[in-house]
Amino acid sequence: MSRNNKLQIILDGIVRNNPTFVLVLGMCPTLGTTTSAINGMSMGLATMCVLLLSNIVISAVSRFIPDKVRIPCYIVVIASFVTIVQLLLQAFVPSVYEALGIFLPLIVVNCIILGRAEAFANKNGVCDSACDGIGVGIGFTIALTAIGLVREMLGAGSVFGFKFIPGDGALAFILAPGAFIVLAYLMVIFRKLTSDKA
Amino acid sequence: METVIIFISAIFVNNIVLTQFLGICPFLGVSKKVSTAIGMSAAVAFVMAIATLFTWLLQYYVLIPWSIEFLQTVSFILVIAGLVQMVEIIIKKISPALYQALGIFLPLITTNCVVLGVAIQVVSNEYNFGSGPHMLGLGQSVVFAVATALGYGLALTLFAGIREQLELSNVPKAFKGVPIALLTAGLMAMAFMGFSGLVSF
Repeated sequence: MSRNNKLQIILDGIVRNNPTFVLVLGMCPTLGTTTSAINGMSMGLATMCVLLLSNIVISAVSRFIPDKVRIPCYIVVIASFVTIVQLLLQAFVPSVYEALGIFLPLIVVNCIILGRAEAFANKNGVCDSACDGIGVGIGFTIALTAIGLVREMLGAGSVFGFKFIPGDGALAFILAPGAFIVLAYLMVIFRKLTSDKA
Repeated sequence: METVIIFISAIFVNNIVLTQFLGICPFLGVSKKVSTAIGMSAAVAFVMAIATLFTWLLQYYVLIPWSIEFLQTVSFILVIAGLVQMVEIIIKKISPALYQALGIFLPLITTNCVVLGVAIQVVSNEYNFGSGPHMLGLGQSVVFAVATALGYGLALTLFAGIREQLELSNVPKAFKGVPIALLTAGLMAMAFMGFSGLVSF
């Protein structure tokens, strides 16, 4: 039963509480970094690392934090992990660090992370919170990769960097308008699929 | 002249919402009515100008001399969170009328990535402010922050105006709410792309 429960928490994060398509949180990195599938996926993974670690720490210490100062405390915890991820990426995968640019430090103000800390981690145990972090993180990564994939296919004619259509493709999908439009259509498809299941 | 270019380019060419994707959450969240959109933009402009001033000073007089630039993210977000709290208390004391108008928006601003985003942009030398990438001085940084906030307000207000009309129209069920708003934003972003040749250098 307990194992089922944990699995359920992870699945909820991917489908029922999908941060991008259902909760509509963390829109800035979702739109800003998905110019290609690789960029979207790296942003998703970076966010997932921070989310997992901050969920674990916050659920462990939330009993000792006075209620009034909890938001600043959470922000400090999150900002520390963001700095760690930032330094690690800069050291080991500088190309990803360059591509994500300003959106990497901006993980701090990603509402998904603070939202999960507030809605889940401070009420639940360390294990459950870790599962929640993994689930929501995977949901976010899938969403970002999907958006990146579609934009890259339409805009550059390639998938994960492999070109399958010669020529330039529709540049608008790499630029700003394409991000909004692709996200809108993917959200509609996601809604259709999940409402049929229910 | 350079300051004028920075000003124009931050409002139209590099519009923070429609070309840089910062501050999308409040852009979708509080843009259902024109009056709330204006209130939100005023609060953002106010906080952003002060926050940029303080974080610029922090960067050049504390972080760089002590060579602890890696603490940038942590220290900036703390300064912004503290400032928002302080601004809220001061406005409440000095001008209750203004507090009534801005009150509910102020706490939301801490998690608005526009403020942190602009604070990081002005102290980094990678961003193009309309006249090539370079570091900005204190005065120009504040001008840039105010102009960015105006651009934000412009996008938010226009978008709210469209959404007010959209409420009355008949939208397919699956598109209701966020998807149709995103499509609208996409069309607006296309319109703003027309400004991209405005400042040439």
